[in-house]
Amino acid sequence: MSEKAFQRIYTKLSAITKATVTLEAQGVANDELALVAGRLAQVVKIKDNAVTLQVFGGTEDIPTNAEVTFFGEPPSLNVSDELAGRFFNAYGEPIDGGPAVEGEKRQIGGPSVNPFKRRQPSQLIPTGIAGIDLNNTLVSGQKIPFFADPDQPYNQVMSMVALRADVDKIILGGMGLSNDDYLFFKNQFESAGALHKIISFVNTTDQPPVERLLIPDMALTAAEYFAVDKNEKVLVLLTDMTLYADALSIVSNRMDQIPSKDSMPGSLYSDLAKIYEKAVQLPDGGSITIIAVTTLNDGDITHAIPDNTGYITEGQLFLRADPDSGKVIVDPFRSLSRLKQLVQNKKTREDHSAVMNTSVRLYADAANAKTKLENGFDLSDYDLRCLDYAKEYATRLLAIDVNISIEEMLDTGWELFGKYFTKAETGLKEKLIEKYWKDKE
Amino acid sequence: MKTTGKVTGIIANLVTVEVDGPVAQNEICFIDLDGVELMAEVIKVNGNKASVQVFESTRGLQIGDKVEFQGYMLEVTLGPGLLSSNFDGLQNNLATMEGVFLKRGEYTKALDEEKLWDFTPLAKAGDHVVAADWLGEVKEGWLPHKIMVPFNFKGTYTVKNVVAAGQYKITDTVATLTNADGEEVKVTMTQKWPVKVAVGGYVEKPRPFKVMETGVRCIDTLNPIAEGGTGFIPGPFGCGKTVLQHALAEQADADIIIMAACGERANEVVEIFTEFPELKDKHTGRSLMERTIIICNTSNMPVAAREASVYTAMTLGEYYRAMGMKVLLLADSTSRWAQALREMSNRLEELPGQDGFPVDLSAIISNFYARAGYVKLNNGQSGSITFIGTVSPAGGNLKEPVTESTKKAARCFYGLSQNRADKKRYPAVDPVDSYSKYLEYPEIIEYLDEKIEKGWVDKVTKTKYIIRRGKDAYEQINILGDDGVPMSYHEQYWKSELVDFVILQQDAFDDIDGSTPLERQKFMLDLVLEICDRSFKFDNFEECTTYFKGLINICRQMNYSEYKSEQFEKYLGQLKEELKHE
Ligand SMILES: Nc1ncnc2c1ncn2[C@@H]1O[C@H](COP(=O)(O)OP(=O)(O)OP(=O)(O)O)[C@@H](O)[C@H]1O
Ligand SMILES: [Mg+2]
Repeated sequence: MSEKAFQRIYTKLSAITKATVTLEAQGVANDELALVAGRLAQVVKIKDNAVTLQVFGGTEDIPTNAEVTFFGEPPSLNVSDELAGRFFNAYGEPIDGGPAVEGEKRQIGGPSVNPFKRRQPSQLIPTGIAGIDLNNTLVSGQKIPFFADPDQPYNQVMSMVALRADVDKIILGGMGLSNDDYLFFKNQFESAGALHKIISFVNTTDQPPVERLLIPDMALTAAEYFAVDKNEKVLVLLTDMTLYADALSIVSNRMDQIPSKDSMPGSLYSDLAKIYEKAVQLPDGGSITIIAVTTLNDGDITHAIPDNTGYITEGQLFLRADPDSGKVIVDPFRSLSRLKQLVQNKKTREDHSAVMNTSVRLYADAANAKTKLENGFDLSDYDLRCLDYAKEYATRLLAIDVNISIEEMLDTGWELFGKYFTKAETGLKEKLIEKYWKDKE
Repeated sequence: MKTTGKVTGIIANLVTVEVDGPVAQNEICFIDLDGVELMAEVIKVNGNKASVQVFESTRGLQIGDKVEFQGYMLEVTLGPGLLSSNFDGLQNNLATMEGVFLKRGEYTKALDEEKLWDFTPLAKAGDHVVAADWLGEVKEGWLPHKIMVPFNFKGTYTVKNVVAAGQYKITDTVATLTNADGEEVKVTMTQKWPVKVAVGGYVEKPRPFKVMETGVRCIDTLNPIAEGGTGFIPGPFGCGKTVLQHALAEQADADIIIMAACGERANEVVEIFTEFPELKDKHTGRSLMERTIIICNTSNMPVAAREASVYTAMTLGEYYRAMGMKVLLLADSTSRWAQALREMSNRLEELPGQDGFPVDLSAIISNFYARAGYVKLNNGQSGSITFIGTVSPAGGNLKEPVTESTKKAARCFYGLSQNRADKKRYPAVDPVDSYSKYLEYPEIIEYLDEKIEKGWVDKVTKTKYIIRRGKDAYEQINILGDDGVPMSYHEQYWKSELVDFVILQQDAFDDIDGSTPLERQKFMLDLVLEICDRSFKFDNFEECTTYFKGLINICRQMNYSEYKSEQFEKYLGQLKEELKHE
């Protein structure tokens, strides 16, 4: 971030908290950037002449006589095609040794698209993973997070999805990414020969947490450049949004805001929505799809972060280890793609939604049978068939290591129905049964 | 002279202004940010300091920036041309805005002032009229849009003249009235009204006594909503609140649908304005969009305008109700509105109530719901606003302030259950916890006796009893095991499953199953109850399970077939056949 010539310099802080400093200053604008003892900060509150700034790098060892200079403008990013293939930190500064990006300077966190200028998402994003394509089909312009416990391989699945997706640009926003995971992404992109279409904004675990607050807006400003100006299909990966929300709570708690549930700020819903709602299908073909990660604490989705996320996003992909098949699966009960009906049976085969619903319902019957078994009751013949079915369904369709076409997924579904059940037990429409039913071999 | 002021404090969209004259609570002001006018509303006054909530981003605002107060409250423009429109929460017309992005400080007119309307007079010289009386009529699409005496006219007026039938713009004078003092006032086809004040203009608000048909079985059959009634749909995320509301918007037997997308997803609004023009209103055969108004403040739009959006929607509803129309108002989600109130209240450092919500939350919600209702107009005609809001409880836990406050205000409760949604039993409305208080109204019972058949509500009660007994039986089976309970438990359980699969569950995305007219609902309920009335003799529970699954399967095929079609009758025949050998 360059400094301007006519800067006002202040040297008297009146208050310091863990994330903020306050000082007397004039002519300061809301949201503008400043440098506090060499660290980047942003104006978050002005009361008469008292200006409060959130210091992205944290306030450790900042003295009351620290030098403060104001930039006179909010955070921005230089946008141009030069962004492609580059790695940046939270401030949009290159970390790959390359030169600074030349381009048009755009304020980050800008206005939203007029809802009336949007188009209905309608393009399927196939991933090869049946737990996604069959049960929770993704559509371009959608926003959807992975819900996963920290020990799940969410970053691996996400990079796999990204590399298989047919998009023009992939933008990675890494928040509190471990160095290993950062290198993993870099490696994956490199070995897939995809670096030219990737742009990364990364804040790693060893960097100050408040910096993370800039990452989503940086990533999405870049995304809007390619989607709106260049009509490209852009996929944005945000990991881990739980760490982003944690950073929000650090700042708001230091500003004496009344915390709401789980000590999160009362504005958490709006804060997250501003990010996720940037997902859009534009009239001229460009689109922004957001796939995020929200890590859970012990699978608890009632915590304020996943809860608010679920209310904002268009579904969620729930990863969990399945003890019966020994695989990590996309849980069909807790996962949901809200936009799936826009493409299922329309862009895919006519039996798609029927196969999806029936296989999940039978899987639910298996879950009941399992409970019975655990409670020490005898199982009926149907129960036993359900259990066998469930194991094969999990291995052949739900597991994240599956990579087949949607057609094959549907055929596998019918194969399993015929293998374990009668036609009546599936409750499928007769029209479909006539056409697709496969008798047990 | 207008009161002016200067900005003295900024936290997010709460701005403090030092004023040089009188200001009113809820008065509108504009803050000048380098030539861009940001609209804001006064929410608190203390001495010469006014706290205003800004309806836009406050980025770049500085101490000392100039403010000009307008002397009016947040108001909407009423007149022909509202239907089929897409407005934001402040009634800016989204369709006429330039560019892909919303621009700060860009305000567009709600109505087209150039368009000519075919006006027909309804009143004549010498008539005595009061506010909301009908002076004339224009055709808005196919609906007779009444031109009324403006709502803010006090006392009785005499009509001096009404213009002859012909084409007029909304700003043209169409009538001249004389007040008690002999002063003349001109009336155009458009008027303004402050959104936070309820529109009067009716003589009485009787208890609702008719049922509004929605085509959704778990509502119409089990817990019907009254025309002019209130209801709410609380549920965890992803359980089907929005899908259910969209189904109501598509199918309900109403003249006008107003949908307030309040702090929810933009893609859901896109879905409406993309699909509704293509879909037909089942009652009139017209395009659905013709009867629909969208008020849209999505979650990424300014928070303060979110609060305004529900009031804007309600005021438009009241306007059409005064024309004698049947309005269905849907708001998704009222929790976002409550959260907007919370954000403001926190920034104002008010003493927080439960979970940080303002202490008067309950009163605010009740007041809002109270604006719905069935009314008798001055001219003996009637109109109604039926209001259904969704609630998004934090963590899916219904013991939270917004759900509890709404429960006090709304008469129908359609609680969505996570468990049912997980099992894809849609709509996930919990059949045991949900209720419609209207089923206890004698006037509603009588109406249903008339409209469907004598003793209908008893049938509904019986159906609910079957569901409850099935639930009990299911719990026993789970505790004691399939073999540990008498056969009758299995039968009870499967009878309730029959009701669940055939009556309650309904595929909103299926062209036929998605919408069920009342007549068909009665037919299916009779059929299911007839089966439930039988007692069966099964040798073992597996036989019972298989038998009922067979019946359920046939009934579901019927649900997917055109009513009384050849296919439908074929399945009915199959069912009768099955029932012969029990
Ligand atoms: N009646 C139904 N028939 C078939 N599917 C349904 C039905 N209701 C809901 N669903 C499924 O559930 C998904 C979520 O529904 P919906 O968007 O209405 O949830 P919601 O309660 O509004 O969630 P949120 O609070 O996050 O807005 C839908 O996308 C659809 O897949
Ligand atoms: Mg919803």
